[in-house]
Amino acid sequence: MSDHTVGTRGLVFNEPLIFDRSVPGRVAYSLPPSDVPEEKPERLIPRKFLRKEIAGFPEVSELDVVRHFTRLSQWNFGIDLGMYPLGSCTMKYNPRVNEDAARLPGFARAHPYQPEELSQGALQLMYELAEYLAQIAAMDAASLQPAAGAHGELTGMLLIRAYHVSKGNPRKKVLVPDSAHGTNPASSAICGYQVIPVKTGPRGSVEPQAVADVMDADVAGIMMTNPNTLGLFEEHIVGVCQVVHAKGGQVYCDGANMNPMVGIAKMGAMGIDVLQYNLHKTFSTPHGGGGPGSGPVALKAHLAPFMPVPVVVKRGARYALDYDRPHSIGKVRAFYGNFGMMVRAYAYIRTLGPDGLRRMAQTAVINANYLMSQLKGSYDLPYDRFCKHECVFSDAIQAKKDVHTLDIAKRLMDYGFHPPTIYFPLIVKGALMIEPTESESKETLDQFIAALKRIAAEAEEHPDLLHEAPQKPRVSRLNEVKAAREPNLRWRPGPARPAGGRGPK
Amino acid sequence: MRYIPNTDADCRQMLAAIGVRSVEDLFADIPRQVRVKGDLKLPPALSETDLMRHMRGLVAKDADVESYSSFLGAGAYNHFAPTITNHLILRGEFLTAYTPYQPEISQGTLQAIYEYQTLVCQLTGMEVANASMYEGGSALAEAVLMAHRATGREEVVVARTVHPEYRQVIRTYLAPLGIRIREVPYGAAGGTDLKLLRAAVTEQTACVAVQSPNFFGVVEEVAEAAAAAHAKGGLAVVAVAEPVSLGLLTPPGELGADIVVAEGQAFGNPISFGGPYLGFFATKERYVRSMPGRLVGQTEDRDGRVGYVLTLSTREQHIRREKATSNICTNEGLCALAATITLCALGKQGVREMALLNLRKAAYAKGKLAKAKGFALRFDGPTFNEFVVQAKRRPVRQILGALARKRMLAGVALDRFYPELRDCFLVCVTEQNRREEIDGLVKALGGGG
Amino acid sequence: MTNPEGLKYTREHEWIKVEGDKGRVGITHYAQDQLGDVVFVELPKKGRQLRQMEAFGAVESVKAVSDLYCPVSGEVVEVNSALEQKPELINQDPYGQGWMIVVKVRNAKELTALMSAQQYTSFLAQGAK
Repeated sequence: MSDHTVGTRGLVFNEPLIFDRSVPGRVAYSLPPSDVPEEKPERLIPRKFLRKEIAGFPEVSELDVVRHFTRLSQWNFGIDLGMYPLGSCTMKYNPRVNEDAARLPGFARAHPYQPEELSQGALQLMYELAEYLAQIAAMDAASLQPAAGAHGELTGMLLIRAYHVSKGNPRKKVLVPDSAHGTNPASSAICGYQVIPVKTGPRGSVEPQAVADVMDADVAGIMMTNPNTLGLFEEHIVGVCQVVHAKGGQVYCDGANMNPMVGIAKMGAMGIDVLQYNLHKTFSTPHGGGGPGSGPVALKAHLAPFMPVPVVVKRGARYALDYDRPHSIGKVRAFYGNFGMMVRAYAYIRTLGPDGLRRMAQTAVINANYLMSQLKGSYDLPYDRFCKHECVFSDAIQAKKDVHTLDIAKRLMDYGFHPPTIYFPLIVKGALMIEPTESESKETLDQFIAALKRIAAEAEEHPDLLHEAPQKPRVSRLNEVKAAREPNLRWRPGPARPAGGRGPK
Repeated sequence: MRYIPNTDADCRQMLAAIGVRSVEDLFADIPRQVRVKGDLKLPPALSETDLMRHMRGLVAKDADVESYSSFLGAGAYNHFAPTITNHLILRGEFLTAYTPYQPEISQGTLQAIYEYQTLVCQLTGMEVANASMYEGGSALAEAVLMAHRATGREEVVVARTVHPEYRQVIRTYLAPLGIRIREVPYGAAGGTDLKLLRAAVTEQTACVAVQSPNFFGVVEEVAEAAAAAHAKGGLAVVAVAEPVSLGLLTPPGELGADIVVAEGQAFGNPISFGGPYLGFFATKERYVRSMPGRLVGQTEDRDGRVGYVLTLSTREQHIRREKATSNICTNEGLCALAATITLCALGKQGVREMALLNLRKAAYAKGKLAKAKGFALRFDGPTFNEFVVQAKRRPVRQILGALARKRMLAGVALDRFYPELRDCFLVCVTEQNRREEIDGLVKALGGGG
Repeated sequence: MTNPEGLKYTREHEWIKVEGDKGRVGITHYAQDQLGDVVFVELPKKGRQLRQMEAFGAVESVKAVSDLYCPVSGEVVEVNSALEQKPELINQDPYGQGWMIVVKVRNAKELTALMSAQQYTSFLAQGAK
C-alpha cells in the first residue's frame, strides 16, 4: 500500500481581496469597439437615470485575475483532490465529459424563448431525462423545474397542497420525522403548514404506530427520507405510507439519499407519491462550491395535473412546451429549470446505462458497510444494522476524554481527508455521518479507516493533538463567534488588512 | 466502468470483511415487493465517443445565439464573458468543492463569495448582499416574502411591467400563505402608471415591487415607486433582470430601494436554455437577519490570520428549521464565481463600457426600426438595451417565423404575456450584435413589413 | 454553579427575580452554557403584553437558537439595551448584567407554578432537556 501522507510542500500564497489589488487604470477586458454612433449617454437616457463610475470596483490586469483566483483555488479541497465523505451529499466523481457536453453551443447558447421548432434537441433531452427519472422512481412523470433539492421539496409540498385544495381542503399539518433535514420543516412552513414531529423508533426507522398516533384528516401528508439520515432503510415505509393514505394524506420523499436505491428499489411501489431528486448528488453534477444544483421531482399520475408549467410533451415526433395546464401550481422559477445540469445528468445516465447504475448503487452500499464494519470497534455506532450508502457514528467513546466530534473532524483534515458531515442528524449526539460513494477505491477507504483509527488512538493518548487541529491548512479554528457578533459581510475602502496574521505558518 | 474503481474482486474482499456472502444481504431489509426486478428500462451504456456523438446529434439542427443572429432578451441575455472565466471555474478545486461548511479547507470558495457579495453591493448600491439565490424570479418572490415578514402586512403591490414569469413565481410562492397581490398597469410611455401605483398602496401594503429596466426595456421611475411604498410604511423591492444596465444606470440603492434582487446570468453565465442562473439579493444592514440565503463574513483564526466563514447561519433552515427565513440550502456557487470573475475582469471601466455599447447599439437599432415600413416603436419611455416594436401590417408570429428561416431570431412575441400587445415583439440588442447584423435585421423586416 | 436562591425558574431555563410588583427575567447558567457564546438576542419592545410561557424573543449562538419564554403574564416595562452591543453579558453574568426584560407581574399566583432553586437543581440533575 502506498504511503499516503499529506504534503506540505508547494507554494501556497497569502492572497488579499481583489479590491486590495486594484490599481487605477488597469484593465482585464476586451470589448469590441463601437461600430455605431457614439452618442453621449445623456442624449439617450435622461441624466437623472445615469450613475457615475462605480466606486471601489476592481481595476486589475488579466493576469491579476487569473493569479488571484488560481491562488484562491489552492486553498480549497475538492473531490478531485481527495475523499470527501460528507453524509447525504454523495460527493462522487464529477465526470468532465459532462462538462464538455453541457458546453456544446447547441445547449449552452440556446435561448429559452427561441422557436420550439429550433429547440427540438434541447426539448428531447428534457423529455427523455424526465422519463428516466420517472422510471428510476417507479412513478409516472417528473418535473425538471426546481433549481435545487430544497426547491424540489417546496415544489413537492406545493403539489401535495394543490392536490388537497382540489379535494376541497388544503389541510393544516405535515408530519416530519425528527431525523429529517432542516429543509423539510422549512419547506412545509413556506407552504403554510404546521409541522408535527414524529419520533424515530429504537431501530432507527419511523414506525407506523408513531405515525398513526399523529395522523388524522387534518394532516396533508408526511415527509419521509428513505434511506433516512442515519443511512438506514426505512423498514416500515410501506406500512407508514398505508397509515397516511388511509386518512387521505400524501407521502413526500426526500430523495437526497437515492444513490443506493437506483436500480434496486421502486420508490413508487413503497407508496411514495412524490420524490425529489438531487442531480448534484445521485447523478454526478458538480457541487461547484455550493451550487448550482437541480432538484427535479418524480410524481404519480394523480399529482400530474398540478405540475409547474411548462411541461415538455411529445406530440407525434415533435416535442413541445405545454403551458395549457389549468390546475398547475404555476411556476417556482422563471424558464424551465437548471437546464445545464440536466444536460450533465442526462450524459451521466446515458454513460452508465442500467447495468452501470445498478453497480453504482451496489458499490456505494458495499463501500459504506465496509467502512462501518471496520470502524465499529473504534467509534460508537448508535444503530448496529447494515446501512445503505452512509453510516452514522457518534463521539460517545471519545467524549469521555473530552474529545468531541468537532475535534475529530478537524484532525481528519491533517490526514488529508475532508471531514464527514458533523452534528447531523440531530437525533444522534455528536453525529459523524460518513458517505464514501462508489467513486472511492478500496485503498482509499483503507487509508480513511487507518486515519480514523489513528485519531481514535490519539483521542486516548494525546487528546491535545485533536484540540489543536487542524495544523496543516493555512488557517485554523476560525472565530465564528466574532463573525456572528460583528458581521463584516463586504469589503469597504480603507487600509488593507494584512492577510498574513501574526506571522508565518 | 471507469467511474467505479472497485472491481468484483475488491467487492468480494470487502463483503468478506463485512461478514456477508453477497451484496444482496445488504439489501435484505428492503421488502421484496418493492425490489426492482431485472433491469431498469433505460438505453444501454454509451462509450465516451458515442456519448459525445449522441449529444452533438441532439442539437445538430437546433438554433443558438452564436450560429443565429439573435435579438432575444426578456430575462436571458447574450453577453460577452471573458475567456478566462470558463478556464478558472473548471479548476477542480472550484468545480468539485462542496458548500464551505469546513472553512479551513474552503477559504477559496469563501473569499470568492465575500468578493461576490461586495461586487453585488457596489453594483446595486445596497449595504449587504447574500451568496446568491437560485435565479431572478424566485429571488423576487423571496424578497416579497421577506417584506411580508418584516412588516407583518398581508398585501403586496406588483407592477405589471415586472417580467411575467417572475410575477407568476410570486403568485405561486404567495398562494399558500394567503398574501394578496395587486397588480398595477403600465402607462402610455411603457413605464408603470405612478398615479395608479400610489392609489394601490395602503397601510396593508408590505411592499411595492417594480423591475427596472422593466420587461419592455423601459427605465422605471424607481425613486417615485419607492416613495409611494414608504409613504404608507411599506418596503420598496426592485428587481433588475438585465444587470449590465447597472454599469450605467443609477442603482436602486440610491433610489430608495430596501431590497434589490437581480438575475445575474448576464455576467459570465451562458444562456443555457434558461438555467442554471443566479439571483442577486441585497438589502440594508438593518434587515440582514431577515435575509434568506447564505452569508459569508470575514473573521480571523486563532493566529490572527484573516479568514472567511459562513455566518449568521441561525437564520437558515438547518438551524431554524420551520422558523427559518427561507428553506434555501444551496446557492448557485459556481455561477456566482463565474459572475465574480467576469465582473473583476470587466472592472470599473469595462462594466461601464459594456453598458455604453449596449445603450448605443440598441439606440441605433431603435432609430432604424422606428423608420422601417410597417413598424413603429410601441413605447416612448427611455430604454436601455431592449424595446418593444409594433408590427402594423403582418402578424408578429409570421414575421418572426420568416426571419427565423433566415437564421435571425428577431425578438420575443408578446402575445403570450400581454394579449393587448399581440401585435408587438420585444427586441434586445447587446454588445454582441454587430452593426451589419442590426442592418440585416432592419432590412429583413422592412422587406417583409 | 449553584442556582441563586430567591429566584424562580422555568422548565425552559429562564429565571425570574421578583422586585415589588415587577419581575426581572433572564436565562440560567445552564442555558447559556448549553448555547455557547451568545452572538445575538432578539428582545421585545416595551409595552408588549405577554402570557405566561409565551415566547418573547430568541437567543442565538453560532450554531443554535433558542426561544425565550416569559415566566409570568405581564407587560414588558424594561428591556436590557446593553445586550445589543454586548450579548456576551448573557454568558458572563447570566443572573446579573445579562438580565433581559422586566415585566409588570399581572398575577402573582402564577409564580407558584414555577420551580424554586432546589427544585430547578434537581430538575437539571434528572437530565432535563
